[in-house]
Amino acid sequence: MGAIFPKSANGVVRLAAGALLLAAGASIGLYAYFSQPRVLDTGYTPVQPVPYSHKLHAGNLGMDCRYCHFTVERAAYAAIPPTEVCMNCHVRVKPQSAQLQLVRESYARGEPVAWVKVHRLPDYVYFNHQAHVSAGVSCVSCHGRVDQMLEVKQVQPLSMAWCLECHRNPAPHLRPVELVTKLDWKPDRDPTQIGREIMEAKHIAPPVNCSGCHR
Amino acid sequence: MKTGKRYWRSLGELSDTPQFREWLHREFPENASEWTNHASRRTMLRLMAASFGLAGLAACRRPTEHIFPLAKGVEDYVPGNPLFYSTAFALGSAAFGLHVETHDGRPTKIEGNPNHPASLGAASAFAQASILSLYDPDRTRSVRQGRRRSSWEAFGEFAKDYFRDDGDGLRFLSGEVISPSLEAVQQHALQRFPRARWIEYEPVSQDQAIAGAELAFGRAVRSHYQLEKADVVLALDCDFLGLDAPSLAYTRAFASRRKVSAPKSEMNRLYAVECNYSLTGAAADHRLQMRASKMALFLAALAAELKLAPEMPARAQLSDAELRWLQAVAKDLAAHRGRSLILAGPRQPAVAHAWAHALNELLGNFGTTVRFTAAEGKRQVEQIRELADEMAAGRVKTLVILGGNPAYDAPADLDFSSRLTKVRTVIRLGLEEDETSALAHWLLPEAHYLESWGDVRAWDGAVTIQQPMVAPLFGGRTAAEVAAMISGYPYQRAYDIVRNRWGGAEAAWRKALHDGLIATEQVEEVKPKTRLDRILATPLPPSVDGIEIVFQPDASVWDGRFANNGWLQEAPDPITKLTWDNAALLAPSTARTLGVKSGDMLLIESAGRQIRIPAMILPGHAAGSITLPLGYGRTKCGRVGRGVGFNVYPLRTSNAMGFAAASSVRKIPGSHRFSLTQEHHSMEGRPIVLETTMEELRKDPRAVEKKTGRHELFSLYKEPTYDQGNQWGMAIDLSACTGCNACLLACQAENNIPIVGKAQVARGREMHWIRLDRYFEGSDEEPSIVFQPMACQQCENAPCENVCPVAATSHSPEGLNDMAYNRCIGTRYCANNCPYKVRRFNFLDWHKDLDALQKNQYNPDVTVRMRGVMEKCNYCVQRIQEAKIKAKAESRRALRDGEILTACQQTCPAEAIVFGNLNDPNSKVSKLKKQARNYQVLAELNVKPRTSYLAKVRNPNPELA
Amino acid sequence: MADLAIRPQDMQQELNPPLVTGGLSYRDITEKVSGICESKTPRSWYIAIGVTGSLTAVLGLMLAYLVANGIGVWGNNSPVGWAWDITNFVFWIGIGHAGTLISAILFLFRQRWRTSINRAAEAMTLFAVACAGIFPLFHVGRPWRAYWLFPVPNTDLNMWQNFRSPLLWDVFAVSTYATVSALFWYVGLLPDLATLRDRARSKLRQWVFGFLSLGWRGSARHWKHYEAAYLILAGLSTPLVLSVHTIVSFDFAVSVIPGWHTTIFPPYFVAGAIFSGFAMVITLMVIARQVLRLENLITLKHLDNMCKIILATGSIVGYSYAVEFFTAFFSGNPYERFTFLNRATGPYAWAVWTMFTCNVFAPQLFWFKKIRTSVPAMFAISIVVNIGMWFERFVIIVTSLHRDYLPASWGYFRPTVVDVLTFTGSIGLFLTLFLLFARFLPIIAVSEVKSVLHAQNAGH
Repeated sequence: MGAIFPKSANGVVRLAAGALLLAAGASIGLYAYFSQPRVLDTGYTPVQPVPYSHKLHAGNLGMDCRYCHFTVERAAYAAIPPTEVCMNCHVRVKPQSAQLQLVRESYARGEPVAWVKVHRLPDYVYFNHQAHVSAGVSCVSCHGRVDQMLEVKQVQPLSMAWCLECHRNPAPHLRPVELVTKLDWKPDRDPTQIGREIMEAKHIAPPVNCSGCHR
Repeated sequence: MKTGKRYWRSLGELSDTPQFREWLHREFPENASEWTNHASRRTMLRLMAASFGLAGLAACRRPTEHIFPLAKGVEDYVPGNPLFYSTAFALGSAAFGLHVETHDGRPTKIEGNPNHPASLGAASAFAQASILSLYDPDRTRSVRQGRRRSSWEAFGEFAKDYFRDDGDGLRFLSGEVISPSLEAVQQHALQRFPRARWIEYEPVSQDQAIAGAELAFGRAVRSHYQLEKADVVLALDCDFLGLDAPSLAYTRAFASRRKVSAPKSEMNRLYAVECNYSLTGAAADHRLQMRASKMALFLAALAAELKLAPEMPARAQLSDAELRWLQAVAKDLAAHRGRSLILAGPRQPAVAHAWAHALNELLGNFGTTVRFTAAEGKRQVEQIRELADEMAAGRVKTLVILGGNPAYDAPADLDFSSRLTKVRTVIRLGLEEDETSALAHWLLPEAHYLESWGDVRAWDGAVTIQQPMVAPLFGGRTAAEVAAMISGYPYQRAYDIVRNRWGGAEAAWRKALHDGLIATEQVEEVKPKTRLDRILATPLPPSVDGIEIVFQPDASVWDGRFANNGWLQEAPDPITKLTWDNAALLAPSTARTLGVKSGDMLLIESAGRQIRIPAMILPGHAAGSITLPLGYGRTKCGRVGRGVGFNVYPLRTSNAMGFAAASSVRKIPGSHRFSLTQEHHSMEGRPIVLETTMEELRKDPRAVEKKTGRHELFSLYKEPTYDQGNQWGMAIDLSACTGCNACLLACQAENNIPIVGKAQVARGREMHWIRLDRYFEGSDEEPSIVFQPMACQQCENAPCENVCPVAATSHSPEGLNDMAYNRCIGTRYCANNCPYKVRRFNFLDWHKDLDALQKNQYNPDVTVRMRGVMEKCNYCVQRIQEAKIKAKAESRRALRDGEILTACQQTCPAEAIVFGNLNDPNSKVSKLKKQARNYQVLAELNVKPRTSYLAKVRNPNPELA
Repeated sequence: MADLAIRPQDMQQELNPPLVTGGLSYRDITEKVSGICESKTPRSWYIAIGVTGSLTAVLGLMLAYLVANGIGVWGNNSPVGWAWDITNFVFWIGIGHAGTLISAILFLFRQRWRTSINRAAEAMTLFAVACAGIFPLFHVGRPWRAYWLFPVPNTDLNMWQNFRSPLLWDVFAVSTYATVSALFWYVGLLPDLATLRDRARSKLRQWVFGFLSLGWRGSARHWKHYEAAYLILAGLSTPLVLSVHTIVSFDFAVSVIPGWHTTIFPPYFVAGAIFSGFAMVITLMVIARQVLRLENLITLKHLDNMCKIILATGSIVGYSYAVEFFTAFFSGNPYERFTFLNRATGPYAWAVWTMFTCNVFAPQLFWFKKIRTSVPAMFAISIVVNIGMWFERFVIIVTSLHRDYLPASWGYFRPTVVDVLTFTGSIGLFLTLFLLFARFLPIIAVSEVKSVLHAQNAGH
């Protein structure tokens, strides 16, 4: 009896097999790439109910981060300030501005403004601002140059791997405490060297075990 | 279009982000602008396609979350940081000062107030669990008139024109009033309504003690025991380490005399005469089983033995063994004049208390080991009996019931609930919808003590202001407020009532709030004299022939008021380890004569009434006696407590509140399945709980070590050394531990430990991180009991760690056995390989059916574990981290010893648990671990547990050896 | 096939009695075996697969229910963290040992009688391993995270698995074993697939078998490569037969739990596995032989040999039990002693004695040739042995866990309906797969049997 498949079948089969492998490889690769926090989360820039510009306040006006986020040195959270804080200035500055409508209403009614959360960690992660700030980790390390942002944007993956990088080798990310909120700070000498000295002085040994962050 | 709508919504969110606009333009340039207009079919399809395309990313992308900062800042409030307020918890005639932790306005955890004399920093299981009752979804949520929903305003209107007359037929019924401000309102009300009366009733009261004092001294007094001064203690049916203690200071003081550091140190000796097995009995050096009805006689005989009373027939009724015991005790007591103490329990009749007083005076204990303060002579049972009679006679037109649950817990012979129907208007202020609420015409929601202003006077007279942690969740009001409303008291709001009662300068007031004590309040001590003739003239209670039944409050639900509290229902009874139930406790011998085994149903008859209840054999229970724990079998109750256990109140009559004679007890068909957290009660001769005696210790300080035997431990591998920084460890003194459930509840509250329910406990799936292992030793008839708190031992060579395939549990450089819930996939291999079996697995989603309200109690510093992951004790790592961060911020390198307290340690009334840094030779824990009593459980496995135990020491009387 | 050449003098004693009876010719054998999967499907087959198929469906339902609600739907508790789940896993893995043993080890030992049974045995192995695979996957609390068991690079966590954990060794051991056995089986199938292709009448069959036989033409070169490949795979799988169950036994042996922490486990487990595997082969082959009338190819000689192996391994197992108890007593370790005393007399004594009766006493009957050659008898015993071996795993896992060091933590395990149905379902899956195999593929290695026949005839 004659052959069931023409000779070309071999080629077809090989081709098919190759294609299949390729497709599988590609889809895995794509998933692996896109599912990374680095790709997935960085660049998240939600629209806020009030078009508050950090560039204007922290950048141009040079306000210190801690004027608004005043709990950062005392608590785990660098809390979003009460409307009151906005009104401290805005009773005089731009009291009529339409953009501040929501803020004024909130203050008048005593109801909060519904800000949209940008930097989010899972519930089982216990990040503590106080610990990091008091150690000399600058805001910029995690939040980027907020003083240049019109809309706040997530610039770091905030993934465990990313956290560990710094926890395993903190020196390059440390600076004198008084400078943590100076986002544009340029060290005059090797930052790693400075970091080492700070670690030495403060006995800084960031945890790399589970309960350091998971409780 | 329904689906279409959904796409719109999801896109609507994305649409505002610049990337999306950009992407959209790239995707469909020609009608990029069109899509925002109303969708044409074509665009709709495209958008569907688009959103499908994005679905992957959109799904990975977190949903939009909002942050709601306050509009106006609040002083002292830093989001995320807990605040602590002082207040007090009242139970019957006792009150306990507390510190309450609140997170963002939610009370989450209750601790004892170190300043408060009745707490000393500790908190009882009841006090700690009361926080769950605050968030009980079954609480009364609104004012109701009959069935109709009403309002406080409406009730106010009603009250205004209803309460006009002089209070003819008006009766107030409340629990024992220990609140000075409520007393003030009470007096005002009784002046306003001259013909009204105010009845105070607690199902578990001090009536007999008061009566006993009146009999002995001719005046009512309260006794205060100085156990730290007592070398020899005789407790008669008095569980002063457990349910009969009006103050946790008793446990603290007693334990302080049990922690023998050096062989030469003086240890006290405790004799317990009791019917049921209590925590006190478990702690005793000598325990005599005796029927409750015989104990007064025992005291009389003791008096005779000590030549206080003339020889009387009493003696004859004691067996030789009992007599030998009595004589030994008498000798021991006599040898410790002024340093001995005799306590009689609240179930005992007045005459027993009188004899106890007489003996204490004879032994010169007045002013040394026992002090007295003045008390009111009101007899609660008599009050409620009169009320019931009036109701029956139809003389009561209006009954205002402030708290309590008389329809359920009033003495059975008073037939309270049916007589209640004879009352024209019943106004009821109550926390939950219970048996009494069901019969009320006006139902008013009561404010929980954590959400209202108030004040309470502790047993020893110390007064604490109760301040609200949160605004009333369901608009509840306090008893004082309602009484004020009805009687037109000048102050109507709780705050004003309390503030006005105390007056004084603002500074003093604030200090009182802060300290949790009103310093100025001192109750004067009284120095009564006993009148022997009167005691001698009083006949002893007739001996009960046949089986006696004894009523006592339950370790989980007290008199029934905590029936709807899941934590307490699931907390195992310290002695029987029974959860979600009560049972008729009886001795093995009694069980034999009745022909029953545990779980068989009994029919118990007394005074013409009967109940059905399953039997449970309790080794060490007095023969011929059955103990019936109160508070179960609630018919009208919340979802937790409804139909749990068996109601024994139907047998409890107003003239026999403590114990009575059963007219018949017999086995009936049917059986009941108990849920026990511990099913095996013998130690199988294994060196798990080590016990020694004072004598042994004096002879040979290394006695304990000899019991475990030295183990030549070596490892094939190079073992990690833990000599840097903090090295956490724990030492638990079994000599001090009384086995109360305080630590278990503390752990549950601190670590968000779920409630699993009766069926799951029966399957062996309870989640408590700390077990209180209870072992019986010796014969079935006369066993002794030892307790061992067992939580994760934080082994240095942890068997659980190397078997986890995904490294979800691994060791921290500080010696903690970390557990990363979010990494765990739930193979349960670690639990299998744990020699102590202290790991707990989330077999099901325990939080699924949890009411949103209850979630407010969760501790935000601890992850709520999902279904399918393993969990266990981690030495309260969240507290450790918090303290370390605080220290860093204050640029302190070292933590102070005692700066970190684990939840179990902080609340332990006996201070039996000590946690700290093993690397610091001066830390309390290091010192304890150096003691000769220190040993590790299963040390021979070379797992190197960080938790070690100090062997239990007893101090038996050689004469009784 | 030089390496397989048989010297006439061996033949006499080795091929006596003959392994192919009824004076079948090469053609007859081909007809007989291929005929099975070419003939019209009998109704009995439909009925059978109907039953097993619905059982498989039950398995699916149970697993879905499990994933939806959590491990709590099983009876597992604290202290008994593993129960039927791991019992079933070890049980199926054990079954999966006979196939590769027969094909590989007996092949290397030149045991020619293997030829008529190795194909089916290998198939059985694969199906058993498939069933086994289900349990470790679904016994975890969060199956959707089970992929964390595999060392996939993860850029977001920077975390690896814990390579000290026996459970992880299992993952590798079992997956390797599955892969190699599958290859081994498929390679063995090639010549017969080609035969089916050549005999095929319908276009579809031609296409399917043509595709599956990868263009096998039976040329000398093909045969040469085939033999080489087959030998290599045999060499590869031989150590695996031993390693898989050794590593499975490590799950228990490396723990600290008395009753688990035992050095004898590896050999003991392997012996047990072969024991149970052969029992299952007999169970299946006896049925196949009867239903498909293969008496001439699967002769009493074959069955007799298998019975002997069961007898041998059964005795090893019995010996291991004895040694376990002796060691417990001899160690002087009170916990160890208690555990074994508790096995024999505790709440699970009934399980232990079932195990003894089925695994130790029952196979001893095979000392009698009468029983070794009586088909009903060996069928009955094989079933009994299967039951016994399931109980062995149950006893090891549950009785050791339910009472270990601290009496306060002791408990008792009761299975739930879901436990039972899940296990029954896995049996259903196993049988379904075997039925499909018996229907569509040659259940006897035609080409190899022919080689035996060739030798046999050459002998005469």
